[in-house]
Amino acid sequence: MQLDEFFVTGEPLIYAGMVAIALVTSAVIFLLTYFKKWGWLWREWLTTVDHKKIGIMYILSALAMLFRGGADALMMRTQLAFPDMNFLDAQHYNEIFTTHGTVMIIFMAMPFLIGLMNIAVPLQIGARDFAFPYVNALSFWAFFFGAMLFNISFVIGGSPDAGWTSYTPLAGAAMSPGPGQNFYLLGLQLSGIGTLATGVNLMVTILKMRAPGMTLFKMPIFSWSSLITMFIIVFAFPILTVALALLTIDRIFGSQFFTLTGEGLPMMWANLFWMWGHPEVYIVVLPAFGIFSEVIATFARKQLFGYSVMVWSIILIAGLSFLVWVHHFFTMGAGAFVNSVFSVSTMAIAVPTGVKIFNWLATLYKSKIQITVPMMWALAFIPSFVMGGVTGVMLGMAAADYQFHNSYFLIAHFHYVLIAGTVFACFAGLIYWYPKMFGHRLNERIGKIAFWFFVIGFHVCFLPQYFLGLDGMPRRVFHIVPEWFNLNVVSTVGAFGMGIGFAVFVYNIYYSYRYSEREKTGDPWNGRTLEWATPIPVPEYNFAVVPHVDSLDAFWTMKERGESPYDESKVKPIHMPSNTGKPFIMMGILTLASFFLVFEWIWLAAAGLIGGIIMMIIRSFDYDEGYHISSEEIIETERSARGL
Amino acid sequence: MSTEESNAKPLEYRTESGELGIVGFWIFLAAEIALFGTLFATYAVLFGRTADSPLPSDLFEPGSVLIMTFILLISSFTCGIAIHEMRRGSVKGLVIWLAITLVLGLSFIGLEIHEFILYAHEGATLQSSAYWSAFFILAGTHGVHVTLGSGWAILLLIQFAQRGITSITSRKVFILGLYWHFLDVVWIFIFTGVYLIGMVI
Repeated sequence: MQLDEFFVTGEPLIYAGMVAIALVTSAVIFLLTYFKKWGWLWREWLTTVDHKKIGIMYILSALAMLFRGGADALMMRTQLAFPDMNFLDAQHYNEIFTTHGTVMIIFMAMPFLIGLMNIAVPLQIGARDFAFPYVNALSFWAFFFGAMLFNISFVIGGSPDAGWTSYTPLAGAAMSPGPGQNFYLLGLQLSGIGTLATGVNLMVTILKMRAPGMTLFKMPIFSWSSLITMFIIVFAFPILTVALALLTIDRIFGSQFFTLTGEGLPMMWANLFWMWGHPEVYIVVLPAFGIFSEVIATFARKQLFGYSVMVWSIILIAGLSFLVWVHHFFTMGAGAFVNSVFSVSTMAIAVPTGVKIFNWLATLYKSKIQITVPMMWALAFIPSFVMGGVTGVMLGMAAADYQFHNSYFLIAHFHYVLIAGTVFACFAGLIYWYPKMFGHRLNERIGKIAFWFFVIGFHVCFLPQYFLGLDGMPRRVFHIVPEWFNLNVVSTVGAFGMGIGFAVFVYNIYYSYRYSEREKTGDPWNGRTLEWATPIPVPEYNFAVVPHVDSLDAFWTMKERGESPYDESKVKPIHMPSNTGKPFIMMGILTLASFFLVFEWIWLAAAGLIGGIIMMIIRSFDYDEGYHISSEEIIETERSARGL
Repeated sequence: MSTEESNAKPLEYRTESGELGIVGFWIFLAAEIALFGTLFATYAVLFGRTADSPLPSDLFEPGSVLIMTFILLISSFTCGIAIHEMRRGSVKGLVIWLAITLVLGLSFIGLEIHEFILYAHEGATLQSSAYWSAFFILAGTHGVHVTLGSGWAILLLIQFAQRGITSITSRKVFILGLYWHFLDVVWIFIFTGVYLIGMVI
């Protein structure tokens, strides 16, 4: 293989990308060396098994991925702003819409939410860590290295270009030769395995490690939504694992699952993909519902209206999410009966979702609303999401879908649900739990500027796309015709508005780090649930004394009764797991193996796989049982953190 | 993460981490059911799509597959005895029965490889048609699982020799037992759903 086949050449934007990667990497290496921080990085972060630190790493990676996916989006919007633009050529445009979709769903939305779960769920349920802290670290590194493997594709080997759905036969070896599609398959495979492990891990954590007295129906709603999400993950992600593996074997080892030869069935891929893909939509939106429920209850100063109905509607949505996948390809021609069944099941999802909307409104009704930035995101979510949901029902009608299918109407719909649902929730959740993570709040004024830029930009960007779709503009075109010009240029302006909003949001992180007042108590928002009972910074063991719970909104009840969550006389030594570098090393080796497999260097890949297995064997003989923190040390930590 | 032990339960359940590990493994098995379910569904959809390659009814013979089935069923039984010996506290009994399970597992894998080579000689390979791709990946995934289980059993045999029966080693072998029985169940579906049906249709 020639060097110019290995590196992507000939595209100025990609050269700029290479320079940026080289500069950022050398800057990071220089700073770490100059400030002698390598040891700190290894000890405090790369080897950590603490759910709070892993959560922070998830969120930082997700923000970086949001930047990358957002840059892709702005390039697409620039190309589509005017008729006959030549900013990107057809091939580059294909690559960018593929990576935009994949990065945003797999490497932004999910890790962001899993990061927030990492931080909030153990604290909400009164647990000291995940059930399997080692596996949690493994999951994070699987995601992180998977994301890196996928992202490196645009400078080494070439990006995948068959869309984020990677439909066969286009994505097969015959029509998409070369490493691009392999990057997609193996990057997703790695991070998917990490997600599956998180699914098992967090499910056990929530089912078995709740504080005494916290029955399932006294559990905070975000933990509930996380539990149900994990349930979906456990049953949906194996389908993705299999689908990706089959396509990988098709491409690299010549099997005939999705090929046009050997009686393969290309539409099998679409079915398998969406049997995972539709539940995936709910994997990224149910936790968002949970975050909004927490935020709305906190800042409406009321108990969440219809708590148990909220829980049951999440469960119902999760069940239905497995029964609607065909609505992604009504036009495949499965026949009127099949389409009708999936049409009805699709529209049925609107019922529990509508119930949730009314419950949020009822929580707000006659309450004294505190307009904080997380609350603003939550309030913006409700009407925006309804617009996305209602157009979703329109798309769910099979007959009408023949018109809407693959048009910008669909693009507008899923951006309305995914941005107004998931992205708004990520921002709301990050700002809401930020003090728990970093010990200070984000600046309110700058937060509001970011909010208005982003929300107005969002509507300006995507509302016109509904009408473009009705005007017949298909998705995945890289040139527009003059009659679509007006609305497209408006849409592009909105996209840049969102870009400015994101930039201001990130600036706020820096500004608040420098200037925000440090929190003195653990409860900056006057919160209702147990995570606010811990001091700031949260000690590594979370709870010196595990609280006894006898009501929903346990911390609120405690405050009403004038009880303190901390009782020095009850402190006992706490068992903690040891830090370990094994997850990092193991996933690093497996990533190297995957990289070799991307280029179909089979023997090197096999050697890498053996390396991964050796790491597992080493783990099997590892009998490190962790260590204990003594009572004296806990009392000292708590006294200084609580200012006693 | 308490390490307090209560004597009311079997050894592997006595510590909190032991109990969490076992619950976690049950949930993992649920994910494995989804995984094999997808493979079975793929096989069912691609059934009959053999293109120019031989039909399954031309190649599938009851003899060797029946032997493989009995080997795996017996290995599940011996694995059960191994867990029983562990509960009795007999390291020797545990090691012997686990070793027998291992030998049976390895002979199953040997026979399966032999079978696959036979089919390949008759012109049915992973590449020859959609049907045979689905067959080899379904049966092969099961085979890879048995291989991993066998490797795992070897690691545990060494650990029992080193440490005897503790709350940790007993949890590990109990989980291996769950895994082994699960693979047995999957094989029953492959034997009936793939081989028996493939022989007659």
